[in-house]
Amino acid sequence: MRVVVQAEPFDYAAEVDRFAADRSDIGALVCFAGVVRDTDNTLSMMEIEHYPGMTEKALSKIAKEAKDRWSLGDVLVIHRFGKLTPGEKIMMVATAAPHRAAAFAAADFLMDYLKSRAPFWKKEHSRESADWVAAKQSDETALSRWS
Amino acid sequence: MDILYFAWVRERIGLPKEQIQTQAATVADLINELRAREERYVAAFSDLSALRVALDQELADFDAPLDGVREVAFFPPMTGG
Repeated sequence: MRVVVQAEPFDYAAEVDRFAADRSDIGALVCFAGVVRDTDNTLSMMEIEHYPGMTEKALSKIAKEAKDRWSLGDVLVIHRFGKLTPGEKIMMVATAAPHRAAAFAAADFLMDYLKSRAPFWKKEHSRESADWVAAKQSDETALSRWS
Repeated sequence: MDILYFAWVRERIGLPKEQIQTQAATVADLINELRAREERYVAAFSDLSALRVALDQELADFDAPLDGVREVAFFPPMTGG
């Protein structure tokens, strides 16, 4: 299990390639990356604030829960903070399991939880304004799937 | 006790962190104490449904006791991922 919180970009391809590479009991790898989206072509920068200390703890707790629940061979979470531009990867999760159903479900679970239970806050900067991204009710509802 | 503020809570209060002496028994008591200080705290704590609190880096409820707590953090609902 590996949890990384950093300002620097990460090498997605290298991370995917390295993930669970030493395991021969794994039949399924699911890798997901979240990317800074600029739907209306107005976003100049995405700023991500976090709570150093709590972030690492919360991510580790979520990753461990996924690992235990789906008996994962391995799990990886990388999340960036600071200033990002459209198209940059914000974060990634990877899950490894003997079969694909567990790997997909665990990745889905990780995403739902780290969206609303890991202490990150996004602020969208355009040329005219800067606004904090509001949490969506649908993100909260998504969590109830897992209880 | 260290009080930390993040995102728009930090912006409204105008600082990321402060140290205060308090006898507040619960998070709600602490919020009432802060609100009584200055207008910027009233602005930050006007709608508790838009706020979350963590005690020693674990999410908690507003009626949670502060006994033994060293770090309290206030912030909006999280938007990770």
